[in-house]
Amino acid sequence: MSDWNLSVTRRGLLTSSAAVLSIAPAIRARAASQSSAGATTLPVTFEVNGQERMLRLDPRTTLLDALREHLKLTGTKKGCDHGQCGACTVIVNGERINSCLSLAVQHAGDQVTTIEGLGTPDDLHPLQEAFIEHDGYQCGYCTPGQICSAVAMLGEIERGIPSHVTGDLSKAVSATNMEVRERMSGNICRCGAYSNIAAAIADVAEG
Amino acid sequence: MRSFTYERATSPQQAAAIVAERKGAKFLAGGTNLLDLMKLEIETPTHLVDVQDLDLDMIEETAEGGLRIGALVSNTALSADPRVMRDYAVLSRAVQAGASGQLRNKATTGGNLLQRTRCPYFYDTNMPCNKRSPGSGCAASAGYSRQLGVVGISEDCIATYPGDMAVALAVLDAVVETIRPDGTSRSIPLGDFHLLWGDTPDKETVLEHGELITGVVLPKPPGGQHYYHKVRDRASYAFALVSVAAVLQPDGTGRVAFGGVAPRPWRKDEADAALTQGAKAVVEQAFAGSATRDDNKYKIALAERTLAGILAEARS
Repeated sequence: MSDWNLSVTRRGLLTSSAAVLSIAPAIRARAASQSSAGATTLPVTFEVNGQERMLRLDPRTTLLDALREHLKLTGTKKGCDHGQCGACTVIVNGERINSCLSLAVQHAGDQVTTIEGLGTPDDLHPLQEAFIEHDGYQCGYCTPGQICSAVAMLGEIERGIPSHVTGDLSKAVSATNMEVRERMSGNICRCGAYSNIAAAIADVAEG
Repeated sequence: MRSFTYERATSPQQAAAIVAERKGAKFLAGGTNLLDLMKLEIETPTHLVDVQDLDLDMIEETAEGGLRIGALVSNTALSADPRVMRDYAVLSRAVQAGASGQLRNKATTGGNLLQRTRCPYFYDTNMPCNKRSPGSGCAASAGYSRQLGVVGISEDCIATYPGDMAVALAVLDAVVETIRPDGTSRSIPLGDFHLLWGDTPDKETVLEHGELITGVVLPKPPGGQHYYHKVRDRASYAFALVSVAAVLQPDGTGRVAFGGVAPRPWRKDEADAALTQGAKAVVEQAFAGSATRDDNKYKIALAERTLAGILAEARS
């Protein structure tokens, strides 16, 4: 890690308002195009939950580890770390992805939304409220990923993106129980709260 | 994960040239398969060339009346493109049948073609595997072969090409376009793109080191009815045990390809020609010379029944 002490600097960044920078697109682009050849870490700047964040990272750092270990946003969970369980789902530039299967350096300039950015205990996102209302969890470990996934999934339906169970590709899609279950198949719940998760999503989809 | 250096390419040719000059370099697009394999140290690139900034994320109409799909078009964007849904529904359906919503958002057209096998022995680094470690042997050939290949396989490797998208591209007569480090490009018919394993199962495609996929071209729409039926252990988010892509014309002729059974999307001219004689005749042609094991011989019966289901649906 050379003589650049990542952990100390990271904390320094976090505890000071310097972490919240307004960085012009030109600077973002420059950071993105830098090469790590010969260097152990790379500068990465992205927007997380509306705030610009700048980190120096080993290129191996996944977006998931950058969020959890470097930015201390531990709402996003590490389950399988191989894209099979969906616990790490976050929303990047409006689309849900597995943050465990993406390097942080791939996301320079991107806008990342985690569960912490969707709502707060005092101001819950409608889906967070619906999960509480419908008891859409037991242990809760998969819940942040389920909720981030569901928020973006409803956006996909609104944009007319079809799924494996969509009957007629020429017709509009809607958030039926079958559609929601198919589209949420990338989020596993080992407690088996699927029925209540589906009910919570249906509640929000119906408005 | 082994350490590596990282850079972002600024043009397709530059990307190709950088990878070509370094033996351990690889292209990085969506990364959904590559990072998974890097975590297991099955893939150990020393340098990653990120191609995301290259202008390859458009679907354009070609002068011949077809479509050119940029290599960086995501699975989601491909399956939801109105022209693809209308004229190449088999492709839209195949992509929707693969992976999860999260993965389809990140997975690219070029990367999906290069998806590596899901043979459990390839993934288990404690096991011998000629694909992962050439010359070490094949643990799968006498192991659990339920998910593995039945045709086009070899003594050295019985793995399958795992994807769905390419099975549809095979029935559509798609062509893969690439750029080489010297700036020349070439067009590779999809049917020639993936290699049979033979005695070099570590070599999976005809691409040279440093050759970058820039797009996939679809010829003009084939018309007819389009089907992609995938049989798997779960209703969603699982690899195919068997899949069938078919484009059927009103007179009963058509094209058919099978997934989950071979080192490449499996399509045979003789099988296409047998379509008017029914599923049994097609499968006899397509699977001639098959080498099944007790665990996976069911795949041939399953392929026939899956195709029979499609033919019945087409008649109804």
